[in-house]
Amino acid sequence: MISAGTNGADIGRGASVTLSDLEKTYDRASAAPKDVDRVSLDIRSGEFLTMLGPSGSGKTTTLMMIAGFETPTAGDIAIDGKSVVAMPPYRRNIGMVFQNYALFPHLTVEENVGFPLKQRGVPKPERARLVAEALELVHLPGYGARYPRQLSGGQQQRVAVARAVVFKPRLLLMDEPLGALDKQLRENLQLEMRRLHADLGITFIYVTHDQEEALTMSDRIAVMNDGKVAQVGTPEDLYDRPENRFVAGFIGESNFLPAVVRGVENDVVIAECDGAVIRALCPGRPASGEKVTLTTRPERLRFADSAWIGEQMPQNCLSVTVTEAVFAGERCRYMLQAGDGTSIVLKEPSSAAIRRRAVGERAEIAWSVADTILV
Amino acid sequence: MILARILPAGVVGLILFFLAFPIVVVAIVSFSSATYLTFPPPAFGLRWYEAYFSNPDWLKPTWVSIWVACAVVVLATFLGTLAALGIARLPKAMRVVAAGLILSPLIVPGIVVAIGIYYAYSRYGLVGTPIAMVLAHTCLAVPFVVTSVTASLSGIDPRLEQAALSLGATPGATFFQVTLPLIQPGVLVGALFAFITSFDELIVALFISGTGAVTLPRRMWDDLRFQIDPTIAAVSTLTIVLTAALMGAAHLLRKRAERNRMATSSAAA
Ligand SMILES: Nc1ncnc2c1ncn2[C@@H]1O[C@H](COP(=O)(O)OP(=O)(O)O)[C@@H](O)[C@H]1O
Ligand SMILES: [Mg+2]
Repeated sequence: MISAGTNGADIGRGASVTLSDLEKTYDRASAAPKDVDRVSLDIRSGEFLTMLGPSGSGKTTTLMMIAGFETPTAGDIAIDGKSVVAMPPYRRNIGMVFQNYALFPHLTVEENVGFPLKQRGVPKPERARLVAEALELVHLPGYGARYPRQLSGGQQQRVAVARAVVFKPRLLLMDEPLGALDKQLRENLQLEMRRLHADLGITFIYVTHDQEEALTMSDRIAVMNDGKVAQVGTPEDLYDRPENRFVAGFIGESNFLPAVVRGVENDVVIAECDGAVIRALCPGRPASGEKVTLTTRPERLRFADSAWIGEQMPQNCLSVTVTEAVFAGERCRYMLQAGDGTSIVLKEPSSAAIRRRAVGERAEIAWSVADTILV
Repeated sequence: MILARILPAGVVGLILFFLAFPIVVVAIVSFSSATYLTFPPPAFGLRWYEAYFSNPDWLKPTWVSIWVACAVVVLATFLGTLAALGIARLPKAMRVVAAGLILSPLIVPGIVVAIGIYYAYSRYGLVGTPIAMVLAHTCLAVPFVVTSVTASLSGIDPRLEQAALSLGATPGATFFQVTLPLIQPGVLVGALFAFITSFDELIVALFISGTGAVTLPRRMWDDLRFQIDPTIAAVSTLTIVLTAALMGAAHLLRKRAERNRMATSSAAA
């Protein structure tokens, strides 16, 4: 019935999206940096891609350019290989869920969801069937006659999703769709979004500033900072192998150790840190004597004298002093200080069998080379 | 203590009394049975309302006023709404200038506007025609429509229009299915004010209504100057009731629009 989106040579149900050196400067007169700066992304058909970044990093602007509400200053946007930069938003056939849902207050839920079908000339009986189907999909059957103001925030969000997918777009854009909801509801809806993505099989581009949300939902994440893509990768890539200090610090918690390069062996850098030799993974080849920063996650450090049952013996060691010890139920969190003054956080799973360290105590910490990254 | 509580109430009461007293007197006099204006009336009756409704010298200007006001409503609402939509899309600096120009008939003293209109219209032989009254009153009414429509436009989330476009509505469909329904209360309030503006207007009417387009306020003015009988009190009372009813309607519309807006924005906030 709906002709939109079924243009013959379909490869999958989802559109592929290619951003090439996309740029946007709102105020060209000012000397301020670009609001979106040379963003290049290859989003695959059917992928769940999340743009994650702090407020003001250009996520919304990028999404608005894909939707067609902002014109790029430079660069290109191609959907299924065809440039859409010159195409007005109402012809792009992209579903969009706005940050505040943007439901039409003067229309009922049914009319809201039926709105895109009406624009496409879908006859009334067919429209009613598709609307009912879409409301079913978001678990809101029977709410058709209500007005948006008669719904809770979570229900409004579902209506917005139903309205954005009822016309079977091949691409769905979502701008912090769960941002206004409380934590419990947000977690439920995150699961539903994943399920929806699996059911529909279309491409999702999802914007959020919540790293946990991004890590749990996405196939891949593009981390944005100051209008640029800081790193693109799977959640594991970003967490285990951050490519720069921003990503290491923004996603999860990280320790940063200043070090000096002493040599390179295969993909492993040998560096000196506070008088100790530390090995780290590094794809590049830094020069000997170069000052670098190594990063490791607090939960991947151990006290060297605790048991390492079934684990590979760690290869990096450092002497520290305990400056703070906090018992937090499932974990103990220690603040440590290395000889050169660097603060290090260590998180240890709590167990009655493990001896708690006292403030002021000296200790050796150890961790694996695989968990040490040069950024 | 008691004084502190009574004093503000007393002051407010006094102000209200000063504002309402003339209206109350007029209303009472209109029900007088006397043949001349006197207060308090010796007895009550409806003879002056009968006199009004049976006298073509009063009814004809009433119809002129109603027709002119209706034409003004149509013209001013159409032009004012378009102007408000246009202004909202201008860059900020130009918006201030355009809004200022459109609101100028409200700022310039009425007599100055009237003289200007008189000179301009007399060159084209318009003075004394209903068309002249309609055009002149439209100039005076447009600012009210622009103000009221602009207010309701500024309350609309711009993302609603973007949402409509993203859902496949053309800009035209977006306007008729989303923007217009949302600003409709503002348009209606503007239309009511346009009616009242025209229906109550005297100064411009004095200059350009001539003998061919005598409006009700103009007829009342002439009546006061050349003869005086309680019919004018009846006419005044009717005018007051009509105007008050329209104002009340405008107020209700505004309240309703506000309530709708609050309900949706708070749920999404
Ligand atoms: N409509 C606009 N006009 C001017 N500047 C804007 C506009 N929208 C966003 N910006 C600027 O562009 C930058 C990126 O903003 P945005 O894309 O909204 O970031 P995010 O969605 O990641 O919070 C910010 O510096 C912001 O101030
Ligand atoms: Mg944003």
